[in-house]
Amino acid sequence: MADYDSAGGGEDAAAPPRAVASTRAVDIAACLLLLAFAALMAFDNWRSGAGWASDGPKSGYFPFYLSLLLGAASFYGLVKAALDRASAGSPFVNRDQLRRVMQVLVPTFLFCLLTQWLGLYVASFLLIAGFMRYVGGIAWWKSVLTSSLFAAAMFVTFDLAFDVIMPKGPLEALLGF
Amino acid sequence: MEALGLLLHGFEVLLTFKTLSLMMVGLVLGIFVGVLPGLGGPNGVAILLPLTFTMDPTSAIVMLSCIYWGALFGGAITSILFNIPGEAWSVATTFDGYPMAQQGKAAEALTAAFTSSFIGSLVAVLLITFLAPGIASFALRFGPPEFFAVYLLTFCSFVGLGREEKHKTIISMSLGLLLTGIGMDTVSGQLRMTFGSDNLLRGINFLVAVIGLFGISEILLTMEERLALRGHAAAISLRVVLKVWKDLPRYWATLLRSSIIGCWLGITPGGAIAASFMGYNLAKRFSKDKASFGKGRIEGVFAPETAAHASGTAALLPMLALGIPGSGTAAILLGGLMVWGLNPGPMLFVEHKDFVWGLIASMYLGNVVGLVMVLSTVPLFAAVLRVPFAAIAPMIVVSCAVGAYAIQNAMFDIWLMLAFGVVGYVFKKISIPLAPFTLALVLGNRAEDSFRLSMIGSAGDLRVFWSNGLVGSIATLALVLLFWPLVSAGIERLRGAALKTST
Repeated sequence: MADYDSAGGGEDAAAPPRAVASTRAVDIAACLLLLAFAALMAFDNWRSGAGWASDGPKSGYFPFYLSLLLGAASFYGLVKAALDRASAGSPFVNRDQLRRVMQVLVPTFLFCLLTQWLGLYVASFLLIAGFMRYVGGIAWWKSVLTSSLFAAAMFVTFDLAFDVIMPKGPLEALLGF
Repeated sequence: MEALGLLLHGFEVLLTFKTLSLMMVGLVLGIFVGVLPGLGGPNGVAILLPLTFTMDPTSAIVMLSCIYWGALFGGAITSILFNIPGEAWSVATTFDGYPMAQQGKAAEALTAAFTSSFIGSLVAVLLITFLAPGIASFALRFGPPEFFAVYLLTFCSFVGLGREEKHKTIISMSLGLLLTGIGMDTVSGQLRMTFGSDNLLRGINFLVAVIGLFGISEILLTMEERLALRGHAAAISLRVVLKVWKDLPRYWATLLRSSIIGCWLGITPGGAIAASFMGYNLAKRFSKDKASFGKGRIEGVFAPETAAHASGTAALLPMLALGIPGSGTAAILLGGLMVWGLNPGPMLFVEHKDFVWGLIASMYLGNVVGLVMVLSTVPLFAAVLRVPFAAIAPMIVVSCAVGAYAIQNAMFDIWLMLAFGVVGYVFKKISIPLAPFTLALVLGNRAEDSFRLSMIGSAGDLRVFWSNGLVGSIATLALVLLFWPLVSAGIERLRGAALKTST
């Protein structure tokens, strides 16, 4: 708990935390993924017609050559990263950084998941209150008060004032919205 | 002058209670967004865009552009008081702004920053007022081949002139262009790259991608860096403002130079970031006392701020006149135009006079009101930074989700936003630039359409792009810019050879 606000202090003075992945490794992985994506897209566009009809290019023409371009650029990046020994040492993220990133990413993922069942407002109440309490280490009453005010303000602004309809769940149904 | 009459009409459109209050709301939200670390112009505009979906286009664009001005002003507050640039283009402002704050001259630095922002924007708005109608009426003669040539020019200049590694710019741009192709092909009506998914049928919405790429990924990066906020307090008194303004004429050369650099870089897709650094460096080079830069010299605040704002404002010129955004935020505003059913480009000046001139008038008014507002409310917004980030981060996540969902009322888009957030985070860390990606996403379909329409017109003959002087010179210029690194190396070599033979 309370990792976020414990800035400064002992951690910084000690040896730097161990890197989880090097920039080079991530570079290579990203290029491989992009290559695979380019291949998939090239295949699909080839199938739907990448030729040149009498009145100009068919619908797959542009995307097909773009995927070739993407593939070529990623391949170049792959070779360059693989040969580049210098960047092997530079860390992509270290352990502490990764943990802090996960502290947002995982709750955000859960928030998206919950939005499907509980609606956006309840999910955002849970996200904000939970995040403030467990990641920020802020007092219970402050967290709950802030998040309920925020959720209510969102509801009034979007659903009532601006007619922008958000996904809703059982709670809103119970209240008759 | 015709432009003046139209501008007056624009003010008429603007001066209603509703529009004016939306303007204030926009400015407050914008300053707020600009002050928060990890949020800035493009993210703020993208996240708040859904608020405007039910408004009429004029009110909507007035509010959005005011959010943009607000964010530009707000960025300076964090740079000077906290040494944290709220925006990439405020980085140069920290060089002298923060030392000034440390010396207890925060109020002077802030006044200087806001005033020079105001001057920079004003110069750019004047440019827009008198230049945009001309360019637009010239561009009315453009057909599909000319438009394609202009799009090509935009893309090529990114690859040729960008400072990032070329293959990374190409990856970013081709990926963006590829993603815009997903869904229904607008020319033939055929489906492509949907893999049988109903959700992909709609295509990948530009705004959803932007919200993820900028909003979510910024939160991830900010968390990773764990910003510790230690700032200086500041309140601006009228006395300080008047003192800074009295000295202003002394710096006319710096202000003018920065405004010109800013306008130029804003119109070409160079961007505000380059402009602010260039403005700073030139001010330093021309100064008699170079050593004092970086230690709290007021010119070091004037120069980058003027340039950044001139550039941020001038970026709207090509967007309005040609439908080509000069910056990331302009690209998002362009996305907004399409959502409201307006077709960006030269026809806008003919078909939607109220809209265009209302927007231009709002640039004048928004900047004046914004200046007064930031000068009087600095302590308030500086206090925002003392709110723990653990409370702000989830609120931003929620706002992003609202924005992504509202565009097409699709849950799938929320997931897409999350995916783009992770992609944006990784891309930023392995330095694949996001600007070409954004540009490709917003212009991709239009570029492809104009290419294929030209092909239909010319019965598949590529020579249509060199069929007359206008389109030919744009297309040639595009190719020159694409190979600019090679071209400039060639020129250097020729010059070297010439020198050798002459000596």
